[in-house]
Amino acid sequence: MADNGYVLLRHREIPDLDSLEVYRKHGGFQALEKAVTRMKPAEVTEVVKASGLRGRGGAGFPTGLKWAFMDNQIWPHYVVANADESEPGTFKDREIMEGNPYQFLEGVAICAYAVQAHLAYVYLRGEFWQIAERLDSHLAAMEAAGLLGERLFGSDYSLRIRTHLGAGAYICGEETAMLESLEGKLGQPRLRPPFPATFGLYGKPTVVNNVETLTNVPRIIEFGADWYRSMGTEKSPGPKIFSLSGCVNKPGNYELPLGTTFRHLIFECGGGVPEGNSVKAIMSAGASSSLIVANDQALDTPMDYESVPNVGGQLGSASVIVIDSSVSIPWLINKTVHFFRHESCGKCTPCREGTFWMGHLTQRILDGTAKPEDVDLLYDVGGQMRGKCLCALGEFSIEAPRSSIERFRSEFDLAPSQPKTAVDQG
Amino acid sequence: MLERKYLAEKYPQEIQNILDKYPAEQRRSAVMPLLYLAQRDKMYINREDLQEIGDILGITLTEVASLVGFYTLYYDQPKGVYHIQVCTDLPCALRGADRFLAELCDRLGIQPGETTPDGLVTIEPVMCLAACDKAPMFQLQSGAGLTYYENQTVENALSLIEQLRKDASGRRVSARERGRDGNG
Repeated sequence: MADNGYVLLRHREIPDLDSLEVYRKHGGFQALEKAVTRMKPAEVTEVVKASGLRGRGGAGFPTGLKWAFMDNQIWPHYVVANADESEPGTFKDREIMEGNPYQFLEGVAICAYAVQAHLAYVYLRGEFWQIAERLDSHLAAMEAAGLLGERLFGSDYSLRIRTHLGAGAYICGEETAMLESLEGKLGQPRLRPPFPATFGLYGKPTVVNNVETLTNVPRIIEFGADWYRSMGTEKSPGPKIFSLSGCVNKPGNYELPLGTTFRHLIFECGGGVPEGNSVKAIMSAGASSSLIVANDQALDTPMDYESVPNVGGQLGSASVIVIDSSVSIPWLINKTVHFFRHESCGKCTPCREGTFWMGHLTQRILDGTAKPEDVDLLYDVGGQMRGKCLCALGEFSIEAPRSSIERFRSEFDLAPSQPKTAVDQG
Repeated sequence: MLERKYLAEKYPQEIQNILDKYPAEQRRSAVMPLLYLAQRDKMYINREDLQEIGDILGITLTEVASLVGFYTLYYDQPKGVYHIQVCTDLPCALRGADRFLAELCDRLGIQPGETTPDGLVTIEPVMCLAACDKAPMFQLQSGAGLTYYENQTVENALSLIEQLRKDASGRRVSARERGRDGNG
């Protein structure tokens, strides 16, 4: 059975887990060996399917199903690990790659075996330059130990893993934009279908999975689907790393079972909000979130893929930004809209123009130069964008402004005279 | 025109290692790491670098240049020897990042986006750096790479800049020499 406690952030219990020797001493690479020597590739996929693991990057798509979609008529296959972590409020993959890198890399290797890829890439955001350097040395250590390269564990299976650095573009976290970027092109999303399982990297079938998703895999192979399903909820099994930030006393990453309540995360783990303020709103999917009104019903809602929508939000990558009573909502919306306007890749018109004009409107509202109808216009621009953008960036950019106009309308009518935030009044 | 071989002659092993990361028939994938290689050489990428990288990969200068325009971590103009990039996105701003940036710039007598008069440090706001629980924070970019500084105060940042200033004079001379070679 697994050690008690952490499944993912095991480095918090085991010192020096980023050394190959220590990782192997704690059972590291036994799951890969088991998969490669004693399981057929399809069996590995079946176990992951049975575990109910869902993608931790935000979409929550069943991981085993994604692997099973790979087109076996077209070869070679590739695996790309999404380490582009760029959603404001998300900082979990970074901790995994710094603290427990081998479990992540073992997950990449098991995924690659399951889909019979012989080359896998880890696509890291450019700012993770130091992490990429460390991963390169971890990969070299694995090659030296025979855990990567030709004929793994005496089998016919061979695998190489390489890192690739992006260069500061949020859009490259979108899987098809990431593949374009990895091919040496502008990081702009592709029209889908075809999906990467058919037409991915270099036009070949490709699995793209988030770092946290892949880090679950070695433990699932080692201890089985039933063990994994003993954590979390029936439809959202397993542990999740919640990145807690914003107006909270103890921000940080918290590994908890899916289905833990917002109240537990914010008050038990995060020590509540500073200076006796109250929680006004919660953004549980980073800047891509709707603003959930933080009433008792919301605070007692389990954080899983099914329940969060019931209170008007999304779980997403579980980057929980806490907004307290000192924060001006129009100021906040101007921040998130400005982010998406900067990061829009420019390929599709609804997103390029929509984020641009939303940015104008939120700035006017904040500056006090808005016309009375500008708040409605902002809401309307968002509505016009909905369902028309090429990828999720544009679709998500409207969540915060639209939901906040619906739920915090009175603040917009008062906007010009309001302070920014408690901390930034200076 | 003679084909320029500045990068090829200065970094033969690095270039080979980069090309080896990708399938032989997919050389274009090497363009981003090659741009980083050129940028580390003198903290920005000039037209000759773009042309040489295009020649190495069999793509046009325009194709290479479009990437420099698209991705924010590439620079086609010389800036300060060091770039301090402060995250001011929502979670950081909720922990005082806007005020931190404003005060830091004030104390240095520059506006966000500007470079100190001695050409040492450029300070600018950037988008989320995945360190939201440790704001105020910034990344420091230099020829040597990129480092995160977290849980910062203005005083911390000013003493770091003072240290960089002390370290820099010798390094700046050698950077100028490299820049001359690069244009030659």
